[in-house]
Amino acid sequence: MFPRSFEYVAPADLAEAAEALASAEFAKVMSGGMSLIPMMKLRLLSPDLVVDIGRIPGLDQIEDRGDAIAIGALVRHAQTAASDAVPAALRTAAAWTGDAQVRNRGTTVGSVAHADIAADQPAAVLALGATMVARSASGTREIAAADFFVDALTTALEPGEILAEIRIPKAGGGSAYEKLGRRGGHTDYAVAGAAAWVQRSNGSISDCRVALTGVGTKPTLAEGVAEALIGTDGSPAAVEAAAARATEGVTLLEDLYGSEEYKAHLAKVMTARALTQAIADA
Amino acid sequence: MNVNGEPVSADVEPRTLLVHFLRDDLGLTGTHIGCETSYCGACTVIVDGRTVKSCTMLAVQADGSDVTTIEGLAADGELHPVQEGFWERHGLQCGYCTPGMIMSAVGLLTENPNPSEEEIRHGIEGNICRCTGYHNIVRAIEYAAAKMRGEAPAPAEWEEVTA
Repeated sequence: MFPRSFEYVAPADLAEAAEALASAEFAKVMSGGMSLIPMMKLRLLSPDLVVDIGRIPGLDQIEDRGDAIAIGALVRHAQTAASDAVPAALRTAAAWTGDAQVRNRGTTVGSVAHADIAADQPAAVLALGATMVARSASGTREIAAADFFVDALTTALEPGEILAEIRIPKAGGGSAYEKLGRRGGHTDYAVAGAAAWVQRSNGSISDCRVALTGVGTKPTLAEGVAEALIGTDGSPAAVEAAAARATEGVTLLEDLYGSEEYKAHLAKVMTARALTQAIADA
Repeated sequence: MNVNGEPVSADVEPRTLLVHFLRDDLGLTGTHIGCETSYCGACTVIVDGRTVKSCTMLAVQADGSDVTTIEGLAADGELHPVQEGFWERHGLQCGYCTPGMIMSAVGLLTENPNPSEEEIRHGIEGNICRCTGYHNIVRAIEYAAAKMRGEAPAPAEWEEVTA
């Protein structure tokens, strides 16, 4: 089983990559290839041109930029999972992505750009309030994570744009990610997952974001949870009450792994667990 | 690229998968093709020191890399400790998953020379075995880990059962 024929280029820098991307009718960007190659093998996708950014130097770094942590387009899941500079929610989501071989090749930025509805790291970048940095032949554009995930496998990226970097604000506070994997425990895609970020001041929760994955048509912010939790003392009772609102405004999606009812239940359970850890970490 | 220490060179179509290049162009058929969808891990090889699924990597992506396959593990007629562990602890039945399982174990032990049973089980979660139930595979990897640390492996379970 192999893909349809395609042209292949391995540009030396992002400017050249953006130019190549704009040159073909249907071009796709490849970083690690862990999502793209299976889709091409199954012939769900048959691009005319694959732009392999995997050889571009300098993109494989996690950098502290003072007010943000910048994750380059070639930072592998394993690197994200092992980095102390990365907030716990994203570190954990990366550690629970795929398996060892996938984490050795697949990239955090690639997973976010692919936007699978049950992937782990999109939820984490949403909860952490990240900024997406898109590069195209006409320049650079910043997109808030909250505006990035449009629908299943669909993001705000335009056809000629490459997701070059994800910036996570160094806002302090605590974060966590919890999930039930399709193969049980934390293994495989999420049947349901929740990422949480909280900030505390003077004994109460001053800010909070929770994002869900696996349960709906796209990675989604659970805004009702944040609304319910902010201003409380973050006690177990407050967490339970907030988590009860996890699926407010979320379009639930039944799949092979669970009914809408089951997904809604798991969303609340994972939200409560993630919040509890994030509060302890804050 | 270098495969098992030998430089190799070829012109391939962009769509050629690394596993096909290894098997069909180089004749290294020890690397197996299982599920074809990146789940089973039978095609696992080591590229530049990290385990990868060679059915989900284009040969052109490995241009200039160092690739190690199951054929490259044994040195001077001596089995690699992981191969020896699979032999000594019956870590295989049909053998189909074995090359990939061994390469994953080598990758795991490179990163973590002293893994717990739980870490071993998580370390091989990208490799599926339909025969063994994994039990003896875990024992085989524990055997290899001990050998590679220069320690005596724990006795086999069937040797412990003496009353």
